[in-house]
Amino acid sequence: MSTQSNATSESFQSKSAAPAVIPSTRVFYWSVRRELWEYRSIYLAPLAVAGVALVAFCLSSFVGIWEAPLRLNQAHAQAPFDMAAGLMMLTGIVVSVFYCLDALHGERRDRSILFWKSLPVSDATTVLAKASIPLVILPLLIVAIALAMHWIMLLISSAAVLASGGSVSALWTSSSFLRTSWLLLYHVLTAHTLWPAPVYCWLLLVSGWARRATFLWAALPVIAIGGVEQIVFHTWHFAVLVGGRLIGAVPTVASKSRDMLPTDPMTHIMPGSFLSSPGLWIGLAFAAVFLAAAVRLRRYREPI
Amino acid sequence: MACIEARGLRKSFGTTIALDGIDMRVEEGRILGLIGPNGAGKTTALQAILGLTPYQGELRVLGRDPWAERDQLMRDVCFIADVAVLPRWIKVSQALDYVAGVHPRFDRAKAEALLAKTTIRRSSRVRELSKGMVTQLHLALVMAIDARLLVLDEPTLGLDILYRKQFYDSLLNDYFDRNRTIVVATHQVEEVQHVLTDLMFIDRGRIVFECSMEELESRYLEVTVHPEKVAAARALKPMHERQAIGRSILLFDLMTLDKNKVDGQPPAGLLSDFGEVRTPGIADLFVAVMGNQGVVTQGVANQSVVNHVL
Repeated sequence: MSTQSNATSESFQSKSAAPAVIPSTRVFYWSVRRELWEYRSIYLAPLAVAGVALVAFCLSSFVGIWEAPLRLNQAHAQAPFDMAAGLMMLTGIVVSVFYCLDALHGERRDRSILFWKSLPVSDATTVLAKASIPLVILPLLIVAIALAMHWIMLLISSAAVLASGGSVSALWTSSSFLRTSWLLLYHVLTAHTLWPAPVYCWLLLVSGWARRATFLWAALPVIAIGGVEQIVFHTWHFAVLVGGRLIGAVPTVASKSRDMLPTDPMTHIMPGSFLSSPGLWIGLAFAAVFLAAAVRLRRYREPI
Repeated sequence: MACIEARGLRKSFGTTIALDGIDMRVEEGRILGLIGPNGAGKTTALQAILGLTPYQGELRVLGRDPWAERDQLMRDVCFIADVAVLPRWIKVSQALDYVAGVHPRFDRAKAEALLAKTTIRRSSRVRELSKGMVTQLHLALVMAIDARLLVLDEPTLGLDILYRKQFYDSLLNDYFDRNRTIVVATHQVEEVQHVLTDLMFIDRGRIVFECSMEELESRYLEVTVHPEKVAAARALKPMHERQAIGRSILLFDLMTLDKNKVDGQPPAGLLSDFGEVRTPGIADLFVAVMGNQGVVTQGVANQSVVNHVL
């Protein structure tokens, strides 16, 4: 039987093998494209937040709230940019959470999983493409938008300062654009991507597993474990751990000179200590396990 | 060479047995109709063939194990479930881009040409299309793929009669050839009758009947019997009898009839004495076969088929 079936399988494959290969990178690329088509909030939400923030900044610049610190006080020249960066990071977290909770649920809810599965795209490719949204696409996108906001805010400030008869040179020399760009990119990729990766992968797994109420199922174990811990040990370690992962509170990323803002030019980054911290690797191991489970689960999943 | 080969295919959901040891072999270049009442296991069988559900037993599709190699298998297999499977948010142009992006055998020009025959606009989203147009779009995508096996599960459910006719016409005229195989599961048996080459009845997870369409035509006859000859006709032991507009319609299997050797006459000639003789429809044969199963759900099954015919 086995030799016979091998022979059949070979003859079938030799008949059809020649042109039938599309590079896996191309399949992955189109899988990511389809996520961006389906979840337009991935880029629309950060852009909308950025737009609103810029309008507010524009108004306040000409009314005079930001003008004084920007012109007079070099120590605070960074403040609007930190606001922009902080706003983008917060938006990134919110969008990631909602995206992950729906990514593997929506396709089952609308039955389109049957269409996706009728194409030669493996479950691993699909799940990895979905995971790449919070772990690659969104971090790069929010850094890019925050940097663009920085430039636009500098231009608005310059216009405001010029309009009030001041000199813009201090404004432009005080902004160490390159330095802050790198700091922001570093901070987003470490504290907001690698550090919360297990949380995002957990949300993806739950969205592939739960039939409904994905948020509830994702939060329930955290609440349950946290509650038991509080009752038994009277501590909040687990809730703090999960919350810290989500908001990117990681001690080993960098040492701050004065305040908590990551884009402060005086920040001393510590990639070595971050990469060598066991917490990072334990988290990534959990993320990998959750992703592997999500891939396996998708094989069995049917429309709901 | 067999396109689909199954031996002892089983699948159960908890205590419900969906597939109860199915053996089947579908040769290349056939159009197989899978007919059965609701819950008979048609969809489960198709899902197993497509690698969408795990199963017990042996199953090879185009020489591959569907459950282990779904993504490779889908290079050669296409699938249309019912109309609600295309994602509602996708634009027609995006659907074309995506399939062209991931499918090595997709001929975009062909899909564009098929779409040009319809009123579907490239910029529309699926949610804006009518049910019939969604099916046209899905069919255009699928027909532009140079696949070797096409699996259809109730593809025309909920469509009006024009779209249904068009669906099977374009499938036959523009798509089907000797190198392709089509498996279609449907309730709407009357419209696939002239399309099929082979027929398979499935009930409660088992294949209860299979034959080719040539066999159906040469072996089964349906006679609308004159009232005065009903008793004589019944003596020949028909497979099934039903009443329509006050006449008895008897369905005969010539193979079993032959054994009775009535007066040494050729059975077909004998039957034409009783009344008008014709090849039975799939629905009538289905009712007869299911009736002979002696199943408890017989009435329900018969009723549903009759409803579809009427």
